[in-house]
Amino acid sequence: MLKSPASSQTKPLAVNQTKQRTKTTFALNAKDKYYAWIFLGPSLLILSVFIFYPMIKTLYLSLFLTNTVGKPTVFVGLSNYISLLTSADYLSSLGVTMVYVFAVTILTIAIGLVLANYASKELAGIGIFRTLFSATMGVSVSVAAIFWLFIFNPSTGFLSLISTWLHLPQIGWLTDPTAAMIAVTITTVWMNLGFTFLILLGAIQSVPTTLYEAANVEGASPRYQFLHITIPMISPTLFFVSIITLIEAFKSFGLIDLMTKGGPTNATNMLVYRIYKDAFYSGNFAQASAESIILTAIIALFTWLQFKILEKRVNY
Amino acid sequence: MSITLRNIRKDYDQNTEVLKDVSVKVETGEFFVIVGPSGCGKSTLLRMIAGLTPITGGEVQIDDQVVNELPPKARKLTMVFQNYALYPFLSVWDNVAFGLKARKLDSADIKQRVDNALKMVSLTKLRKRKPRELSGGQRQRVALARAVASDAKICLMDEPLSNLDAQLRIKMRQEIYALQRKLGLTLIYVTHDQVEAMTMADHIMVLHDKHVQQIGTPSEIYQTPANDFVAKFFGTPQINILPAKRSADNDHILNVSSDLEIALNQPVPAENLKIGVRPDDFKIERADGVSSNAVVKNTEFLGNETIVYATMNSGSDIHVVVDGQVAFRSYEPVKVTASSKLLFFDQNGNRINLAKEALVHA
Repeated sequence: MLKSPASSQTKPLAVNQTKQRTKTTFALNAKDKYYAWIFLGPSLLILSVFIFYPMIKTLYLSLFLTNTVGKPTVFVGLSNYISLLTSADYLSSLGVTMVYVFAVTILTIAIGLVLANYASKELAGIGIFRTLFSATMGVSVSVAAIFWLFIFNPSTGFLSLISTWLHLPQIGWLTDPTAAMIAVTITTVWMNLGFTFLILLGAIQSVPTTLYEAANVEGASPRYQFLHITIPMISPTLFFVSIITLIEAFKSFGLIDLMTKGGPTNATNMLVYRIYKDAFYSGNFAQASAESIILTAIIALFTWLQFKILEKRVNY
Repeated sequence: MSITLRNIRKDYDQNTEVLKDVSVKVETGEFFVIVGPSGCGKSTLLRMIAGLTPITGGEVQIDDQVVNELPPKARKLTMVFQNYALYPFLSVWDNVAFGLKARKLDSADIKQRVDNALKMVSLTKLRKRKPRELSGGQRQRVALARAVASDAKICLMDEPLSNLDAQLRIKMRQEIYALQRKLGLTLIYVTHDQVEAMTMADHIMVLHDKHVQQIGTPSEIYQTPANDFVAKFFGTPQINILPAKRSADNDHILNVSSDLEIALNQPVPAENLKIGVRPDDFKIERADGVSSNAVVKNTEFLGNETIVYATMNSGSDIHVVVDGQVAFRSYEPVKVTASSKLLFFDQNGNRINLAKEALVHA
């Protein structure tokens, strides 16, 4: 127990007697300094073991050549990075990832916004739709992948059945490079939609109703109200959701692994999946490490850009 | 533009009736105040006029047109909300321009109207600020400017001053009144504050318990309240309502709860009744134990006057306003007498009209 000099003197002051010393000093003494370590210690330990050490180790490995079990052998400086950034194969992965990430982010937010806007209306039975639209939050990646694999199945899938009925040409959803990209994008958007929908619905519902009432009285159309009240009012949330979705899309792994394994012909070989294959199939840990560092840099760059571009518009 | 309400009714479902049989005509250019305790349905009534809440029964008519089915924007009116409903992401100027832009008016026209409206509420210097950078009173003015910028001649206000402190409320009250007169607006103003109603209104409608209790000018409402509820609602401190009886011996004598006798110059209108005495119509003086009819509980000094709370010997609590500062001690015996004016209510609280009220003297 710390005993401060003030606490020992608890006698009430007489009415006309002024208190002698009211100033309390909060300077740390030598003993107090350990408190910082006691309070921060556990989280620092966990962060060090699971975040800082792997990050530094990855950076370290990316500057070496490694053997098949991942031990560094020869220091090569930046040559891993240079060879990656000059390889057509890697650049194609980069391009594919960009297309995928932007398609997923834009579609998820656009569809989520439309659904949330409709679901925010007070209609009979709207609770059912709110539950349904957010249901994909509870679906695991593996279940979603299997579910959509059935739909995309070339012989018995739902989509090919529709094509047969309508006498449309059959599409090899997971065998055609373009179609595979579309298929993976659709599945990812579907998976993301629950979370995005729920967050946006919450944001839309928290816009004060008097703003709409005032706009109604002043003669603004529903469309005008959506564009000029709802969107600006939920812009902080839109910003948050867009960053989360973007980062999540960059990190997509499970769906790719379960649906296309990066194929056909690397058409869906996203950066994360590529890292995994380079490290654990090809045993090229150095190159995989360099790819990881590049991916981290890209995500950091996009996050920074989003903050730069959007921060002016979302703060009110 | 005048507004006519005919037998307006509002139910939220079969069992919860909020308003019943509200009928009134608000004339062009009138400052009309709807007043009542919280939960009496006054905001609901205003929202029905605005078209924000559906009407269960009856008719709302603006000029010659029944507008029951018209959307709010077709009713050509403006509304000021209790929380001002300002758009936090827009500057003061853009907030005022919002409705005009939404209606796609000519931009030169918008500029002129907004500048004009901001000038009228003296906010021109603050036009670039965001609402969060404004004080409560300034936000209130932005909301007013919005109503001014619109060319609608009907303005509805839903407790616009209730978020402001007492000083500012008095100031804004005068500004709203001046604005209404200057623009010739037909203004329907909802409040729970009887002082706002008394000071600004041309006509007041008192709502309570789903019904219209009375519609009248401030002085009619104050001097001839329709019932004891209205009498109690207007005037601070509240009117004293006391049970009274006609004396068995003399029908010109009124016995107020056996403590106080009041002689009238005409017969007491009923055998059992309630009387209303404004706090400044009582007289109170020190008395010895024999002649006293009440005991002082406590006093509140307000500067120019003092409120004395006392208990009559029969147990009724009264309060009396006395000019200046008086020094009554608690439990001091006093003699209370009623002076000049009285209001009479029957057992149900409805006021009894006397033939020549002005001649009634104690």
